[in-house]
Amino acid sequence: MRHIISVWLENAAGALARVATLFAARGYNIESLTVAPTEDPTLSRITLVTRGSDHVIEQIIKQLNKLVDVTRVVDLTEGIHIERELMMVKVRAEGTMRAELKQLTDIFRGRIIDIGHTHYVIEITGDNAKLNAFIETLDDNTILETIRSGALGVVRGRKPVAAS
Amino acid sequence: MNLSGAEIVVQTLQDEGVDYIWGYPGGAVLHIYDALFQQDQIRHILVRHEQGATHAADGYARATGKTGVVLVTSGPGATNAVTGIATAHMDSVPMVVISGQVPTPVIGSDAFQEVDTVGITRPCVKHNFLVKRLEDIATTLKKAFYIAATGRPGPVVVDIPKDITDPNIRIPYTCPDTLQMRSYNPMVKGHVGQAHKAVELILQAQRPVIYTGGGVILGEASDILREFVKLTGFPITSTLMGLGAYPGTDAQFLGMLGMHGTYEANMAMHEADLLIAIGARFDDRVTGQVAEFCPHARIIHIDVDPASIAKTVRVDIPIVGQVHQVLSDITARLRPQRDQISQTALDVWWQQIATWRAVQSLAYQPGDTVIKPQAAVETLYQVTRDHDFYLTSDVGQHQMFAAQFYPFDQPRRWINSGGLGTMGFGLPAAMGVQQAFPEATVACITGEASIQMCIQELATCRQYDLPVKIVLLNNGYMGMVRQWQEFFYDSRYSHSYVDALPDFCKLAESFGHVGLRITDPADLEGAYREAFAQKDRLVFLDIVVDPAENVYPMIKAGQGHHEMHLSPNLTTERELA
Repeated sequence: MRHIISVWLENAAGALARVATLFAARGYNIESLTVAPTEDPTLSRITLVTRGSDHVIEQIIKQLNKLVDVTRVVDLTEGIHIERELMMVKVRAEGTMRAELKQLTDIFRGRIIDIGHTHYVIEITGDNAKLNAFIETLDDNTILETIRSGALGVVRGRKPVAAS
Repeated sequence: MNLSGAEIVVQTLQDEGVDYIWGYPGGAVLHIYDALFQQDQIRHILVRHEQGATHAADGYARATGKTGVVLVTSGPGATNAVTGIATAHMDSVPMVVISGQVPTPVIGSDAFQEVDTVGITRPCVKHNFLVKRLEDIATTLKKAFYIAATGRPGPVVVDIPKDITDPNIRIPYTCPDTLQMRSYNPMVKGHVGQAHKAVELILQAQRPVIYTGGGVILGEASDILREFVKLTGFPITSTLMGLGAYPGTDAQFLGMLGMHGTYEANMAMHEADLLIAIGARFDDRVTGQVAEFCPHARIIHIDVDPASIAKTVRVDIPIVGQVHQVLSDITARLRPQRDQISQTALDVWWQQIATWRAVQSLAYQPGDTVIKPQAAVETLYQVTRDHDFYLTSDVGQHQMFAAQFYPFDQPRRWINSGGLGTMGFGLPAAMGVQQAFPEATVACITGEASIQMCIQELATCRQYDLPVKIVLLNNGYMGMVRQWQEFFYDSRYSHSYVDALPDFCKLAESFGHVGLRITDPADLEGAYREAFAQKDRLVFLDIVVDPAENVYPMIKAGQGHHEMHLSPNLTTERELA
């Protein structure tokens, strides 16, 4: 099953490498990983997406918790959460396709953020499934380039997750 | 008081109560070596290879429970230490390794003797640090000692660039008294509700087995374990790493379990209805085929490391906490209810175990003309049982024979590389033990292949007058490799023959030691007595043993505990008993 895991860790040299090394050394897969400082600049927050059986996910969380630089690990998938990912797609946009692509972008509540005589760059945010759905509506010849940020996730409701 | 970085390193080690450091100098640590030279509180032991330094510090740590300390230079100094660091990591040994690094301005420029020590050691340490500022040396070292020794212990590497130990740059030194570590809180107290549930299972058990590991020794829980075992009357088995936590000579002890465990220990595991795992991690050498592991048992697992629980085997009652505290709690709860354990069921269970014991799975054909390795260990036990005795081991058949035939009655007396299986561990580890306990009898059991991996440390033993006894079971083969080739490769002994062996007696003598070669079984005991009587000399016993002997019983890969291969000398009737 797909899990979105938030990891708070010391914003120190090598901390991210420890997480990456752990996944490589123990053979866990990483589907995506994003990292940035939190509101407390001494802490970073990683959001990573991984897949595995309940047993594997349990081990991943335990092993992450064991890392000395890690202050907190939360499996967002365990509760109600919001997932967002940013995607930018550079597409071929010529002739009648231009209006069609604009319409499609509106349906997906995206925006065109760069425009040329023969291309658009479309920005879309959403969960994994929505971004995949958008890609599927375009045919392969249309897409010139795709870049995705990897998923971010946050628990619903007012209460923040403590970072340690 | 203004101190240089090098002096701060030494001062911090003194503040931590460090008495010995094992190390080897080099460019990046010259400032630190100069500071060491100008004090006499910490004794530095000069090894002949950095691997030896780590194993010596490791042996010291395993025997004393204190943290072993190592000092090596950058580049090859650090990479040579990696095997010893990984060895300590696998067996959860507290160790602090200080490595020199090239000066901060040239880090990353492929400078002379530069490697990314933090990067190389990251997967095989509990934690590591690269210290970038002089101001951070003291707190970082203090953190290193704290992390190494608490929770599930392990090695911590502190990489210190040369420029921040410069004797010309000095800062005021104050010993940091508190540590701010929001991200590291080793769990101490076990969950009360879980202990309660464990007691309920213990009271209902019909066929219980206690299975203990190195965590009992690391957690100083040997006394409370003995109390618990006596209170319950349950049978107990141990992993290779846990030997000595419970007396090997006691009637409730079934011997070691696992790949080369006894028949009774492994059969009891297979038939048990309750398994009480204490400070053990369900290693593959213990479980055999996981799908066949303890098929009838409910499992209680006590461990300080949450990640060890349910890693390979599902567990019914996990209890995360210090083994000593959890076991004390369970024992105290159990005592007033002890009578609820069914004595009838327990009697039936012990009768069953007696039939497995009757198989005598460790029995071997004694040799009249050739020394059997098993007999070499049994005789060693007879000669040293009344000594204040420590036995370190290398890796291979001799290690298994020692584990099977030398019953350890006290913890921290059996010192071997279990998890990583590091050949070359035994001799330097024995040096560390002997350094810690100069009056004790320390022996290293080894093979002619293992001993050659760190044999240069014979010079260190000479320099520091370490009267270690080397018990070399010389069978002319890498015995365990040969055994596997016999079983699984149709006796094609590919590169397992140790040809061109040195004359070990002459070799030992050339280092200033005493060498004895024993080939006749009749001479064995006398030679041991002669060797162990030489209290202030290193004696190298080159014991020529049967080259064809195998370690039995054996559980082959992919098989369960009930599918042990017994010695071909045992009859089928016995096997079926």
